[in-house]
Amino acid sequence: MFNYYLKLGWLSIRANPLLSTLMVLAIAIGIGASMTIITVNYAMSGNPIPHKSDQLFYVQLDSWDPNDTDEDSEPPDQVTYTDAMNLIEADRAYRQVASNRSGLVLEPENPDERPFTVDTRNTFADFFPMFDTPFLYGGGWDSSADDGLEHVTVLSRELNERVFGGEDSVGRSVRLNGMDFRVVGVLDEWLPMPKFYDVTNGAFDPSEELYIPFNVAIEYELPRNGNTNCWKRPEGEGFEAFLASECVWIQFWAELRDETEKREYMDFLNAYTEQQKALGRFGRPRDNRLSDVMEWMEAEQVVEDDARVMMGLSLLFLVVCLLNTIGLLLAKFMRKSGDISVRRALGASKRDVFTQHMIESGLIGLGGGLVGLGLTWLGLRGIHALFGEYVEHLVHLDGMMVLAAIALAVVSALAAGLYPTWQACRIMPASQLKTQ
Amino acid sequence: MLSMQNISMVYRTDTVETHALREFSLEVGEGEFVAVTGPSGSGKTTFLNIAGLLERFTSGKYLLDGKDVSSLSDSDTSKVRNEKIGFVFQGFNLIPDLNVFDNVDVPLRYRGFDTAERKRRIEGVLERVGLSSRAKHLPSQLSGGQQQRVAIARALAGEPRFLLADEPTGNLDSHMAESIMALIEEINAGGTTVIMVTHDPALAERAGRNVHIRDGQVSDVETDVQLVANA
Repeated sequence: MFNYYLKLGWLSIRANPLLSTLMVLAIAIGIGASMTIITVNYAMSGNPIPHKSDQLFYVQLDSWDPNDTDEDSEPPDQVTYTDAMNLIEADRAYRQVASNRSGLVLEPENPDERPFTVDTRNTFADFFPMFDTPFLYGGGWDSSADDGLEHVTVLSRELNERVFGGEDSVGRSVRLNGMDFRVVGVLDEWLPMPKFYDVTNGAFDPSEELYIPFNVAIEYELPRNGNTNCWKRPEGEGFEAFLASECVWIQFWAELRDETEKREYMDFLNAYTEQQKALGRFGRPRDNRLSDVMEWMEAEQVVEDDARVMMGLSLLFLVVCLLNTIGLLLAKFMRKSGDISVRRALGASKRDVFTQHMIESGLIGLGGGLVGLGLTWLGLRGIHALFGEYVEHLVHLDGMMVLAAIALAVVSALAAGLYPTWQACRIMPASQLKTQ
Repeated sequence: MLSMQNISMVYRTDTVETHALREFSLEVGEGEFVAVTGPSGSGKTTFLNIAGLLERFTSGKYLLDGKDVSSLSDSDTSKVRNEKIGFVFQGFNLIPDLNVFDNVDVPLRYRGFDTAERKRRIEGVLERVGLSSRAKHLPSQLSGGQQQRVAIARALAGEPRFLLADEPTGNLDSHMAESIMALIEEINAGGTTVIMVTHDPALAERAGRNVHIRDGQVSDVETDVQLVANA
């Protein structure tokens, strides 16, 4: 009977093209508006590294101003150079990474080409295995390169295409800020969304184009591009004084494979804090934190409250569209009261009538979903046109969202169809048949 | 076979109470052809609706094939309608979006027959009413007489025990009306019990029995012998 009801639904839709079009449009507009916002929220709030997000922990140490007594004061979201280096040297986690954002000038081999700035990440060898970065050619550097201040680099796929035409460039050199760096690896497409490993510098920015050892960046005092926050001035002038200061500018991650490792690492952080207190630092009550990836996204409010409010409003708009659909469906089904009465006289039970009209509602929802997908695509293009490259990676409809849009449309139409269908089932056949 | 005992049907609103049938009793035997006549508003159609299980009555007892049908559930009532009763209406009541074949198919779908059985039955009844060549036509492409033949084919497709006809020739010219009446008589001759509401005495005379309703009650019953004598 399902196929029969599908056929009847299709015939009914064709029989009232204007009414059907209005209903499909009402659902499509609601779906288009809500799915545009839901898609952006979905991209913003997704788990960027689901297979190990519960093993990667962002480290926070409360080295902030002891005079800041605000009860809501959180520990800083980055660490000082002093603390980062102490944690790295202690080497107490399975893997650990200190990193920061930078920007270097790349000088092409061809003298006719102009130098250009590349978005850079200064980091440690563990960065690549810790975050499971995919490699097209070669791999990351090893820890001896960190310790030995080797001039090695990993390129993004896009930068490799730009500089080397996409060839395997492992072993070749790139000139950065006047120094030659040997390419040891080229990343494949890698676009964690959100960019969880550094949400302090743009959670939805693309990954960096180039990676070099953190220690090399320090050794040559290469520029920093990320956020730097200080609660007191460095004691002295120059780079050394900055490194020794209480300014926070480094993101620190630790990979801890189980609860035991996590507990032991927290014990270590607490002991470290006590040690630093003894040295006159960490004047506030101890407040060290280890947040896994999703906890860190939540703590940093990667998906802002405004976005959630927008999503709520868009769903409300969908409800308004559905209320219109209810009215239109009611009008449509009441116009079919003669047909319904004939079917009842010929043996259709109320359940048969209910099923037939719910399937028709579902078909209208399916149509609304398909048209709504087109409107969603237009909406996402509109957001892209408004906000530009910043949202480039948030405005894509993946398979999951396509299915979600169609499912939402069908479920919405079924919900909208409940009342009109119930009314259709209540039609008294005897009163209609004589008046046909 | 059809037994109504003291059936009453009262329509109530906040201020008005209308008695459509009062203590209405009637017995119809298997294979009978009964014409129901009476003035407008006498309760003819209400009787037919109750007989066809399209309306529930206020009080009384209704036995169909010996089974009390007054308290059946909606799905059981629908099943009885589908399997035992065929309807023919004055206004044909074909579904305009469906072609002839699909209109006749409607009761068979609810019966749950497979495709081959439905096709066999549909082709059979269309052949019987002389519309095999019009199977793919929409109702709007047929004359009134042809539409009523489709309605009769639809009523017969499920091989019902009863054919309930409400003014079946009311919308047809005399030539077409005669053709439809001949078809109904042929159906009755095949063993199907026919109950036909009409206000046309000439048509009523062709039935085996004429039941006259006035003010919701049977006022007169004439057998075919009496009808012939009166004529």
